[in-house]
Amino acid sequence: MGMTITEKILAAHAGKDRVVPGELVNVRVDLALGNDITAPVAIKEFEKIGVDRVFDQDRVVLVPDHFVPNKDIKSAEQAKLMRGFARKHRLTHYFEVGQMGIEHCLLPEQGLVGPGDVVIGADSHTCTYGGLGAFSTGVGSTDLAAAMALGETWLKVPESIKFVYHGEMPEWVSGKDLILYTIGKIGVDGALYMAMEFTGPAMEKLSVDGRLTMANMAVEAGAKNGIVPPDEITRRYVEGRAKRPFTFYASDPDAVYSREYEFDVSKMEPAVALPHLPENVKPVSQAAGIAIDQAVIGSCTNGRMEDLREAAGILKGRKVNSNVRLIIIPGTQEIYRQAMREGLFEIFLDAGAAISTPTCGPCLGGYMGILAEGERAIATTNRNFVGRMGHPGSEVYLSNPAVAAASAILGRIAAPWEVK
Amino acid sequence: MELKGKTWKFGHDVDTDAIIPARYLNTSDPKELAAHCMEDADPQFPSKIKPGDIIVAGKNFGCGSSREHAPIAIKEAGIACVIAKTYARIFYRNAFNIGLPIFESPEAAERISEGDEVAVDVEAGIIKNLTKNESYQATQVPPFMQQIIAAGGLINYVAERMKNGGRV
Repeated sequence: MGMTITEKILAAHAGKDRVVPGELVNVRVDLALGNDITAPVAIKEFEKIGVDRVFDQDRVVLVPDHFVPNKDIKSAEQAKLMRGFARKHRLTHYFEVGQMGIEHCLLPEQGLVGPGDVVIGADSHTCTYGGLGAFSTGVGSTDLAAAMALGETWLKVPESIKFVYHGEMPEWVSGKDLILYTIGKIGVDGALYMAMEFTGPAMEKLSVDGRLTMANMAVEAGAKNGIVPPDEITRRYVEGRAKRPFTFYASDPDAVYSREYEFDVSKMEPAVALPHLPENVKPVSQAAGIAIDQAVIGSCTNGRMEDLREAAGILKGRKVNSNVRLIIIPGTQEIYRQAMREGLFEIFLDAGAAISTPTCGPCLGGYMGILAEGERAIATTNRNFVGRMGHPGSEVYLSNPAVAAASAILGRIAAPWEVK
Repeated sequence: MELKGKTWKFGHDVDTDAIIPARYLNTSDPKELAAHCMEDADPQFPSKIKPGDIIVAGKNFGCGSSREHAPIAIKEAGIACVIAKTYARIFYRNAFNIGLPIFESPEAAERISEGDEVAVDVEAGIIKNLTKNESYQATQVPPFMQQIIAAGGLINYVAERMKNGGRV
């Protein structure tokens, strides 16, 4: 009986020849990650363990990204605590404001995560790195604290679900749409505790940015991890970037899956997830017409170069509707610089968009674009729960960057072809 | 140990933003977090509960963010335990790690009505509905997680192991 890619990575990190779903294993952790919300709690717990150093100062990564640049005094105190810990333990990879980015955009870009890794992070979207063929999963602060001390964590080997995407992707359809339709199909607990393996001819053509977007939202289906088999596209991305050796794993032909789903992407149109769950997915033409007050393009889901280019393609030569605030948030300083070099900022500014320094900000209702009661936003983010972007009486609609940009222009949810 | 209390009922997919909205995550002080526990699901919740009360919910309780602030807020608010049909995985781990007792029982989640008095035998996982005079069995907790509970949480467990050679 063969193994899946997820099982192989976990077996290798547990020092075993094979593992089976349901088995509890202690695995070596290649990288442990925290941010300015979760790290302060982890640091307090770490200090209770009674060790004087982290397991490896190159492998504990702290990224202030949620409420920085500090949004208020309390956030400043949390960021200060984290900074102090990073200095005390001489962490190689602490990213200060001015060098930082949204953690899940930043770590792949900086070559800190790569194929075959096991990564845990005290952030639910840590599952993003599966887009590069890594096993990565979100944990809480106490689990992070334990991993910072031990360099290990315990995991239950998940069962895997295989998703096969066939066909040519139509114009305006992206990785975001594939994952939204997938969540729409299986529900927000459709992959609870499981691995989601994304495969098929359409995946083989998808860019790394698109794959990271898909793996990023695996947690929105309740999954432990999402993973894309690494290939030449992955290799081109990680070579020259990876700071550590990487290993390509592949599922065996006779690997066992608990379920399999097939999708024909050629008939898809961009998707929109309606409030208040990411599973409430409709084709954009069925959501078109709903008036919006704000559009947000950014986040660990869609704050990468490809996303900004997609938005710029729609916004070029057009104006944001006078009833809409469009906020664009490049995911990292590098993305920010690249967007500027390519002239995207001219397009955004001409359109009347606000451009922010990298931050998670509005995605989780932190700052930089909070909604008032009764307001409605379309966002390229990942969650549309009650109150997610502000007042409990506000609403968030999730989409890809092209739909968000088209909606910003028309002042209502709109398909990209309505403006192009 | 027996936990006995009045129940408050919630639906499916209660997310961590409902349990503790991110606008309060600029602190990790348990008391401040507790003051806003379940606020976006029920604004009156923090003021109407009494210590020892029990939350009962449907499937996928605690979905969304990894914020440990969610089980911390529930525990510090005085909620004795949570009973749900199923849990999102990060919330499930976090609850054990910080010492919030949680029980998985589809039958209990279905049968218990808001306001029912229930008594939970923590070790046996037996949930007695004193109001309806019914009894439900919770899913067995994996042995490894029982060890974590017995050690008094993950940090104590790890500290003990570190003394014995540094590996889990």
